[in-house]
Amino acid sequence: MNLSHELNAMAAIAYRDLMKFLRDRSRIVGTLVFPAVFILILGGTFGAAAAEGRAFDMWTFVFLGVFAQSMWQSSAMGIISLLEDRENDFSQAIFVAPLSRYTILGGKILGESLVSLAQGVVIFAFGLLIGIRMDVSQALWLIPVSILVCLYGGAFGLLLMANMKSQRGAQQIFPFLLLPQFFLGGVISPVDKLAEKGDVISLSLDFLSRISPLRYAVDLLRGVFFGGVEPSQGAVLASPAFNLAVMAVVGGVFMAIGTAMFVRQERTR
Amino acid sequence: MSPPPIIRVDHLVKRYRKADRDAVADVSFDVAPGEFFSLLGPNGAGKTTTISILTTTLAPTGGTVTIDGHDLGTDAAGVRSSVGITFQTPSLDKNLSAEENVRLHAILYGLYPWRPSYTLMPGAYKKRLADLADVVGLGGDIFKPVRTFSGGMRRKLEVVRSLIHHPRVLFLDEPTTGLDPASRRDLWTYLLEMRQTADTTLFLTTHYLAEAEDAGRICVLSRGKIIALGTPADVTASLLERYVLLGAADPAALRAELSAKGIAWTDDAPGSANVRVAADEGDVQPLLKSIDTPLTSVRTVLPTLEDAYLALVERDELGAREEAAGLGEAGIVLGDALGEGALVDAESREVIQ
Repeated sequence: MNLSHELNAMAAIAYRDLMKFLRDRSRIVGTLVFPAVFILILGGTFGAAAAEGRAFDMWTFVFLGVFAQSMWQSSAMGIISLLEDRENDFSQAIFVAPLSRYTILGGKILGESLVSLAQGVVIFAFGLLIGIRMDVSQALWLIPVSILVCLYGGAFGLLLMANMKSQRGAQQIFPFLLLPQFFLGGVISPVDKLAEKGDVISLSLDFLSRISPLRYAVDLLRGVFFGGVEPSQGAVLASPAFNLAVMAVVGGVFMAIGTAMFVRQERTR
Repeated sequence: MSPPPIIRVDHLVKRYRKADRDAVADVSFDVAPGEFFSLLGPNGAGKTTTISILTTTLAPTGGTVTIDGHDLGTDAAGVRSSVGITFQTPSLDKNLSAEENVRLHAILYGLYPWRPSYTLMPGAYKKRLADLADVVGLGGDIFKPVRTFSGGMRRKLEVVRSLIHHPRVLFLDEPTTGLDPASRRDLWTYLLEMRQTADTTLFLTTHYLAEAEDAGRICVLSRGKIIALGTPADVTASLLERYVLLGAADPAALRAELSAKGIAWTDDAPGSANVRVAADEGDVQPLLKSIDTPLTSVRTVLPTLEDAYLALVERDELGAREEAAGLGEAGIVLGDALGEGALVDAESREVIQ
């Protein structure tokens, strides 16, 4: 295996994904529609009610949640598109090229992460437009965290993809996996008081929230933005270090299992 | 001594999960370097399964495959770098320009380092691209999006792309499906030219028998097994008789004369006035000279590969039905049909038989 060849191929695969996105105007516009709807409508109603009596800015809370969720989801969905590619598109050609399967997956994760980051830029601009305030260091911190969120979303997509046979199946199951996380992961409303009542339902919801992978990505982004747990008074659930550790372990396991399953399937197909 | 085969398929077996029979059942054949080899067979015969295994997208259940010295099981990457593939379904990225498609392919095959734009690519790449674009008549259109191309242009571009890394073997999986006759002829002119200049081995699967007539050897699969292997002419000749169809105003007199002169004849069809006399091209003139009964019609019948192919497949399917009914296998022996230089070893012969 020639490392320079594999790295160049990885760059080429990733670049192709980015180009595909940047040339698709309707997709770029679509990128903005959902987050805008979520931020303005869900955030303005549901989120506002949930955040009542709290000391942090609700708009900023919702914006950061949707910002993280959008990039995470986009990366995950992007990886799943590899299924479609394999079925009817150009990637047949990628799969018969003399490349390691790991290179193909690496290129795909890198490419979809770049696409998600490009989408993140659009959503970020939208946030500034609706009056989200931040200083330069806060804005700069969003960059490395966004990259981690994208890679983490890619790992989730990879695990899902390795378990699905077709793009259609994956697209059908994805909303069932995503929608609960939208609420349980604390994207638009705080989840710090889920277990407060102490009854079975509350405790179950709190448990489900804790096993929602998205929760940790959203919380990491908020934690870094708000500068830790304390100043945010309930907006942030855990320290960035904790969230980062969870993401590293969970993302690492997802990626390892997803890659192993995918490569094995490729061999025995 | 003939060079070692570039493709060696030995007792290849593929059974899909949950299937009750093998999609490819113990298939063996060799292909010589530079040969034009064609794999034929009805839908479901195992052609696409075979080509998928040979191009590393499907794992075999048993048997071994070696391509250009690389073992498929242990060195898939080696096989991949030795082959080029034109897929049955279009495999160009319609979001990219033709040049970007070719560039991506070249980088994936490790020919050049990745660069984000054409201008930054090395001169060698630009030259090769321009040459290839000229050959297929794309010219300046090479920088246009693929979605603006016609079906024929796309196919040509796919062929260009699959040749850019100088593969030793080019797999063409039904390359002309969906093309109009003019585009099909155009593509074949180009392919046969490429074969001459680049000395590439062609491995074709097709439903158009006329395309396989140009092949050095054809291999007919049916129900996962090889039922014929040899040159198109040999396969045709071994299966179907060449004959002259004769008609006379007095059919009884013609039959009597033929019998009297010791010329074997058969009725063209039960109840038909015409008679068949077996004859190759060279026999026609002496035959006609020897007949005194006035003839009203004479037709020389030389079966085409398509006739032979249909007869083969029909026979095999009949055999399958008889086999199912417990009447034993209807085998077709083509031992003599294997022309000189045909790289078929004893084991393959057994399989054919």
